[in-house]
Amino acid sequence: MSILGTRVHRVEDPAFLTKGGTYTDDLTDERLAGALHLTLVRSPIAHATITSIDTSAAKQAPGVVAVLTAADCDLEPVLVFDRANKKMVRPYLATDRVRFVGEPVAAVLTEHPYQGEDAAELVDVDYDPLPAVVDVEAALNGEVLLFPEAGTNVATAKGSADPGAGFFADCEVVVTKQILNQRVAPAPLETRAAAAAWDDGRYTVFCSNQNAQGTRDDLAERLGVDVADVHVILPDVGGGFGAKIGADPEYVLVAWLARRLGRPVRWSESRSENMTGLVHGRAQHQTITIGGDRDGTVKAYQLKIVGEAGAYPAFGAALPNLTGMMARGTYDIARKHSSYVSVVTNTTPTGAYRGAGRPEATQAIERAMDLFARAIGMDPADVRRKNFIAPEQFPYEITDEISYDTGEYAKALDLALRSAGYEQLRAEQARRRERGDTKLLGIGLSSYVEITAGGGASENGSVEVHPDGTVTVLTGSSPHGQGHATAWAMLAHEQLGIPMEKITVRHGDTDQIPEGAGTMGSRSLQTGGIAVHKAAGELVELAKQRAADLLEADVADLVVDKDVAAITVAGVPSARKITFAELAAQEQLRVHTEWDAGKATFPFGAHVAVVEVDAETGKAAVQRIWAVDDAGPVLNPLLFDGQRHGGIAQGIAQAMLEEVTYDEDGQPLAASFADYGIPSAAELPSFDLVGMETPTDANPLGYKGIGEAGTIGSCPAVQNAVIDAVAHLGVDHIDMPLTPVRVWTAIQQAAGGAK
Amino acid sequence: MIPVAFDYQRPQTLDEAVALLATRGEDATVLAGGHSLLPVMKLRMAAPELVIDIGRLAELRHLRVEGDEIAIGAATRYRDLVTSTVLAAECALLPAVAATVGDPQVRHRGTLGGAIAHGDPAGDMPAAILALDGTVVLQGPNGRRSVPVAEFYTGLFSTVREPDELVVEIRVPRTGATGWAYEKFTRRSNDWAIVAVAVATMPSGAVNVAMVNMAGTPIRATATEAALAEGKSIVDAAALAAEGTNPPADTHGTPEYRRHLAQVLTRRALQTAIA
Ligand SMILES: Cc1cc2nc3c(=O)[nH]c(=O)nc-3n(C[C@H](O)[C@H](O)[C@H](O)COP(=O)(O)OP(=O)(O)OC[C@H]3O[C@@H](n4cnc5c(N)ncnc54)[C@H](O)[C@@H]3O)c2cc1C
Repeated sequence: MSILGTRVHRVEDPAFLTKGGTYTDDLTDERLAGALHLTLVRSPIAHATITSIDTSAAKQAPGVVAVLTAADCDLEPVLVFDRANKKMVRPYLATDRVRFVGEPVAAVLTEHPYQGEDAAELVDVDYDPLPAVVDVEAALNGEVLLFPEAGTNVATAKGSADPGAGFFADCEVVVTKQILNQRVAPAPLETRAAAAAWDDGRYTVFCSNQNAQGTRDDLAERLGVDVADVHVILPDVGGGFGAKIGADPEYVLVAWLARRLGRPVRWSESRSENMTGLVHGRAQHQTITIGGDRDGTVKAYQLKIVGEAGAYPAFGAALPNLTGMMARGTYDIARKHSSYVSVVTNTTPTGAYRGAGRPEATQAIERAMDLFARAIGMDPADVRRKNFIAPEQFPYEITDEISYDTGEYAKALDLALRSAGYEQLRAEQARRRERGDTKLLGIGLSSYVEITAGGGASENGSVEVHPDGTVTVLTGSSPHGQGHATAWAMLAHEQLGIPMEKITVRHGDTDQIPEGAGTMGSRSLQTGGIAVHKAAGELVELAKQRAADLLEADVADLVVDKDVAAITVAGVPSARKITFAELAAQEQLRVHTEWDAGKATFPFGAHVAVVEVDAETGKAAVQRIWAVDDAGPVLNPLLFDGQRHGGIAQGIAQAMLEEVTYDEDGQPLAASFADYGIPSAAELPSFDLVGMETPTDANPLGYKGIGEAGTIGSCPAVQNAVIDAVAHLGVDHIDMPLTPVRVWTAIQQAAGGAK
Repeated sequence: MIPVAFDYQRPQTLDEAVALLATRGEDATVLAGGHSLLPVMKLRMAAPELVIDIGRLAELRHLRVEGDEIAIGAATRYRDLVTSTVLAAECALLPAVAATVGDPQVRHRGTLGGAIAHGDPAGDMPAAILALDGTVVLQGPNGRRSVPVAEFYTGLFSTVREPDELVVEIRVPRTGATGWAYEKFTRRSNDWAIVAVAVATMPSGAVNVAMVNMAGTPIRATATEAALAEGKSIVDAAALAAEGTNPPADTHGTPEYRRHLAQVLTRRALQTAIA
């Protein structure tokens, strides 16, 4: 029986559960001996000109070795997102202006970390406040510019907001709504940390990150050195969720300081710093317009996006483009139009966060479907069924270059509805409404398709069998909690028969593994995993070539006897066997290979959420969620469901709890876990995970990605459910998060409007 | 997240603690469970020169019946309240309220005296003690004095306690195992209250209603109490709960929303406690 598809326990866990992980801040590496500790003085003001910085008192404080400001720093300001307005560059330490609360202004280096905060308080910065640009309307009207030299607050834009005359002309019903996909904080359990040394003309940088090689390339470029002169090592990483891709400005600064000061430098941020210093996610203001006929046919759909890039355009400025690309969701809509403008505001820059661009697309179209269903008086499930892309329409083209690979959208929704007992739920909802119950039931649906390995589908891997029978697998991806060590070992074991415990998976060291694309966009298994699968297959072929002479047999007649991890002759039980280890003893037995699918894959699914809303207080509680997540065949249900669990939790949390807010001066209002709605298990029901497996043709094992699907599917289902619970009271939309006060206010306003 | 440097002393007896506070009162801060103090020190919103740790003083950890009252030492932890068999029988409101505070870590550390002295308007214990017509016992260089909790709070985080006084004890009447309710409204299970309502039936038969986060201090729903005394229905009495309140506005709710919640929660609490 194949190990693939079985529930293998995570090989990573014994160490995590006993001695614990080794994160960047835990490192005792000798290359970091005598390291200085970096404390950053960060701007307490959202928008101001800096008139002076006096570091003299700080320099006198105990333990202080150096205090540096922009005046001391020769790093070129960087255009973090290279397609943004070229003037919107970010300095590593603020020069004449600060643009968000939390922006680094000065670097304090001390012998001990606890001396840093004392000294940082003594850095005297004179700020001359400027009006803060907080909301996107103010950004668009451009009265106050963050970058006067740019002449605009627009970082990037694409497409006309006008779909053209006649776009909705033949529609019997057209509904339009402004909705907010609110700004959220990725909040990884491990905050950011970096440690760097400069020795003999070469940087060694340890950091908490999702892509070692890409980060090495970023560092080299920003430090102005050759790629060969940067060595990046990723220790254990406590979560990234997309927000730890590439070299953060702080990481570049840490490396630069190590060289400048001639001593290793370490930095580890506090939770408070992380909440304003790490990129935020989502932050899209959307206008959705959907039109169609009373029989349920949707004919036209328009999505207009104003995205918040934050103070310095980073990857967040790129994401509305992906949202536009995925805007139609699972539906075959005759006319689809999307456009976006991404603006800078005096807030934390935005970046990727679990789903990155796709959840925003799904949320919009799934809200639109519910609004349309409501307008024509049809069940939301029926409207969806009426418009799904049918199985025979695949591959289904969404742009000139990109097509949905495989999908069974109606089947997924029907499976989710059947599992949930949709008819009974609707009946229970009706009974409660008739009784005038104050505990209202809401049922929400979502159908989703998302894109995985969208940013390129290639990755490398190598497999080497050693003479002692152990195996080393090297991978270009950079796991940070996903379980690659287990999955990759399973893939190697599957073909070699060598026991799991003898297989070691290595990653995240750019000297050992010079090439790699990292772990993001739910790409790893279908890229890095397939590379290992391919490498193991090629290794078997190589072993057969070498064994043929020894076994005096034809290569074509050789097979792997997995029970003993050896090559033998097919169908000859008495034949000699030669193990992989024996072959390795004769000559190095190693294969390095590259896998490139050449295209992305499109996981899909359907979620059904049931919520109870207390009509008197507006408090909503998620009671059940049924999730059909189809990402092709499942390699390891434990890992697969783990990804779904985390994803669903984050989706529910966005719908119900999480939001980064600012006051009108750009002061963050939820910059600690006391104020920010981070979820706990107590806020979540247990999840009903329903299986469905539709393979892709993009790779030999049919795998798609599962890392983000849960987030993408659950969030709209939950939002739709809460709105559904109060729909009969006249409410057709409530923005996320669906806090008690928002739900209660919506009920009040609907009641007021009805009078 | 590193506090400003400070001195730390842990007196071995209550007298020693009082004496130390008397000499260093102005620049010293008392540490009990630390679950309110340490976060503000780490955020550098407080920077005491001296921290006097009273959290382990055995003299402040008693919990016993004394005549018609229950006397609870200031350093008694939430966890002690939750598990107390004395309270379960003699004043069951308190363990129920304590069980809603924060999470298990907070409840194992945080103290009743700390919560009362701190006086957070969103805190659970001050309103519970107010509902019980409890008394705060203070001890300073001139000895002890008792202050009814109704007179203890003077405003946001401020009390009549002098800097050289310690909260040493909280006294509540024996109200028994029934006739009470606590309705705490939160977004997440371990959050602070957006609004909460405590109801206690007193030995006299009077029904007391106290509210959390409806003003700068814990506050009684006096109009509701009066209506109940006049024999009005629970629904009618609860509708008056927001009278005379001055609730805050924040991301969790507008003052209007809080007034509404106060009415709903008061009705529910009364229905549980006395219906
Ligand atoms: C994560 C978290 C969640 C929480 N959730 C809740 C909640 O839901 N509800 C709630 O009510 N509280 C909550 N709290 C606060 C918690 O209840 C605190 O423990 C309590 O408010 C203070 O008690 P303490 O013993 O920790 O006091 P400390 O933090 O030690 O002291 C608090 C203040 O009181 C003073 N003080 C302490 N003891 C005395 C004394 N005997 N005499 C004079 N002054 C004294 C101190 O000097 C300090 O100013 C939470 C705290 C945390 C960290």
